[in-house]
Amino acid sequence: MSKLRLIIKREYLARIRNRSFIVMTFMSPLLFVLMLTLILWLIQFNTASTESKVWVLDESTYFEEVLSAQKVQSVKLINQMTLGEALTQVAEKEVMGLLYIPRASSVELSAEGAVMYSKNSFSIQMITPFESAIRSKLEEERLRNIGIDQAQFAEITRGYSLKNQNYQGELNLKGINEIKAFIGGAFGYLLMMFIIIYGGLVMRSVIEEKSSRIIEVIVSSVKPIELMIGKIVGTTLAGITQFMIWICIAFILFVVLFVGLGLGLDGLFQREQLTLGNDNEAFIQISQQLEGYIQAVLQFPWESMAFFFMLFFILGYLIYSSLYAAIGAAVDQETDTQQFMFPIVLPLVFAMYIGFISVFDAPHGDIAVFFSIFPFTAPIVMLMRLPFGIGVNLVEVWHLILSLVLSFTTFLGILWLSAKIYSVGILMHGQKPSLKKIFRWIKS
Amino acid sequence: MSMKNALIQIENLTKTYQQFRALDDFSIQIPQASIYGLLGPNGAGKTTLIRILNQIIYADSGTILFNGHPLNSEDVSQIGYLPEERGLYRNMKIGEQLTYLATLKGMRVEEAKTELRYWFEKFQIDSWINKKVSGLSKGMAQKVQFISTVLHRPKLLILDEPFSGFDPVNAEIIKNEIIALKNNGSTVILSTHRMESVQELCDRICLIHKSKKILEGEVNELQQQAKDCVYHIRLNINHNRLALEKYISNCEAIFDVHYSGENEVRLKLKYADQDADIIIKNLLSNSSLLHLEDQIPSVQELFVRNIKQYEN
Repeated sequence: MSKLRLIIKREYLARIRNRSFIVMTFMSPLLFVLMLTLILWLIQFNTASTESKVWVLDESTYFEEVLSAQKVQSVKLINQMTLGEALTQVAEKEVMGLLYIPRASSVELSAEGAVMYSKNSFSIQMITPFESAIRSKLEEERLRNIGIDQAQFAEITRGYSLKNQNYQGELNLKGINEIKAFIGGAFGYLLMMFIIIYGGLVMRSVIEEKSSRIIEVIVSSVKPIELMIGKIVGTTLAGITQFMIWICIAFILFVVLFVGLGLGLDGLFQREQLTLGNDNEAFIQISQQLEGYIQAVLQFPWESMAFFFMLFFILGYLIYSSLYAAIGAAVDQETDTQQFMFPIVLPLVFAMYIGFISVFDAPHGDIAVFFSIFPFTAPIVMLMRLPFGIGVNLVEVWHLILSLVLSFTTFLGILWLSAKIYSVGILMHGQKPSLKKIFRWIKS
Repeated sequence: MSMKNALIQIENLTKTYQQFRALDDFSIQIPQASIYGLLGPNGAGKTTLIRILNQIIYADSGTILFNGHPLNSEDVSQIGYLPEERGLYRNMKIGEQLTYLATLKGMRVEEAKTELRYWFEKFQIDSWINKKVSGLSKGMAQKVQFISTVLHRPKLLILDEPFSGFDPVNAEIIKNEIIALKNNGSTVILSTHRMESVQELCDRICLIHKSKKILEGEVNELQQQAKDCVYHIRLNINHNRLALEKYISNCEAIFDVHYSGENEVRLKLKYADQDADIIIKNLLSNSSLLHLEDQIPSVQELFVRNIKQYEN
């Protein structure tokens, strides 16, 4: 077994000393932050640049007040101009559009005749503020006509929210299922990315040994399966190292951003308080709700989740990376791998989609259960189901056991298959690989 | 035939790939501390045999004894293999790489480092130890590769075309190293198409053709067996020319006679069934010997002749 350790060590060191690996490890968090900043800046820039681009010609003057009161879109009120003149000017200038409201005998009729003129059609985001401004004026007008005052109306339309409790009488939080599925989905996505990145690394490392022709010397010292396992484990450890570094960097960046820039959590709460004004009751209610969510998230079965996450993560990764190793052994160059990548990535992407569709909808429905047991999708779909908890009517214990047993059996089968392809393939040079040929290798 | 001091005894080895038979009932014995030439045209089955010995692939049937016991996975530490298709990790430092390969063969790290220093000093390449292979020329890389084959002090060296990629000076150095290793007790299996190297180095050879052994034995013996038993003789006639001419024309064993110059004669003497010593004595009573050569076929000739014979 000491040979296996030697191989793992060499693979690990070869990976982490690789220049592009080092660059990736330290640059990608920075790139990520940069990208995020860029996106935020661009959004700001985008909204800033489209400010004050709508002219309003309100001949009725009913709506001037509410339109200029709305803060979402900045407007310029114009008058002493006919519609025709306004339209000519708008067309000449860099103006998004012209809202024209005609003079009429009633507010209703004016609103009826109102038109938003624009060169291109408006996005919903753009037009909604105007709509709601006009609507609020209309509401006010209609209430006055019927003889109901504003406060009464507010009382009539006060919201209602149905409480959701479990059988033990504990309060369920709305939307917590979405949060659970989202957390599970994040884990599933992490696994998929891990497989694609580090499975690819395993494959490239096999191709490198094959194309540099050192492979024959190595397999004269160790068994191909030892070499394959050593490669997978060594590369995985390198991958875990990279992940750890990323997490550390993310943590440091987080600390720097929030503490260093004085954006403490207290500050966040204070700000919220400010925006809510002096309405202390509402603030307390919201913060209580927030606390409830935090409590609920903290009450997730984190220990068992972490444990099974590790198991499924490892199994899923092992299944797929042995496939990657087999592909690496079957080809001479990386360019030949394309035809084999599709069958690998397909079940991964399929698992993600089926997970998002079925788990969000019904985390313990038949479809979700089936695909959390089917070995090629199990690791991802099960990771998505796990945050909902283990127990009766949840992720049942037999789901977990069956899924683990099937995944493990599949892993052994794939390992055996890949080892066969690997041990024949690594000695084949200058042959265009095809699935037919690979089947023949397996049979031999 | 059983050899007492055989390091390798191969019996009835057979290997088939799908429909193609790569080795057919193949048996040889390789004596300890000798250089054994493995010859044959491309595709004859040499690489298959070598890979089976290295346990990279496995035979369908037959047995291999290594040092008296059935070859097993522990024995790889006793074997050094220089494949024809060779290479090194391009981005790994040479010293690290050689240590790694030696430890994979079961050597301890400190021991491997000691051996490494020995070889690097011997080849005067100390300065390469921290270089990467990607910075070496082809010939330099070949030297490193050779060291990787012998570093773990294997009992058995399997060298497939060891001289390819070397200039004549370095080829000579490697050749002398191979001889030195043999003199120190290593057994060498040498597979090559360079017949002059075989002639120079090998004690025994085996000729493989179409998956079968068609010729095997000690090089000298094989050459002796294959020779036509004809002496090529050149004489200087320094006495009774007439008597000599008469003797030559009456002697049935003598043929291809050419007189040249004033008193020189070239002739061939078939000595298989005649008493060659007496004939030569008689010839020399009227002449003096300028040149006498027993025409022995080269390994190259043995190779070509046997393949042709087999085809017929």
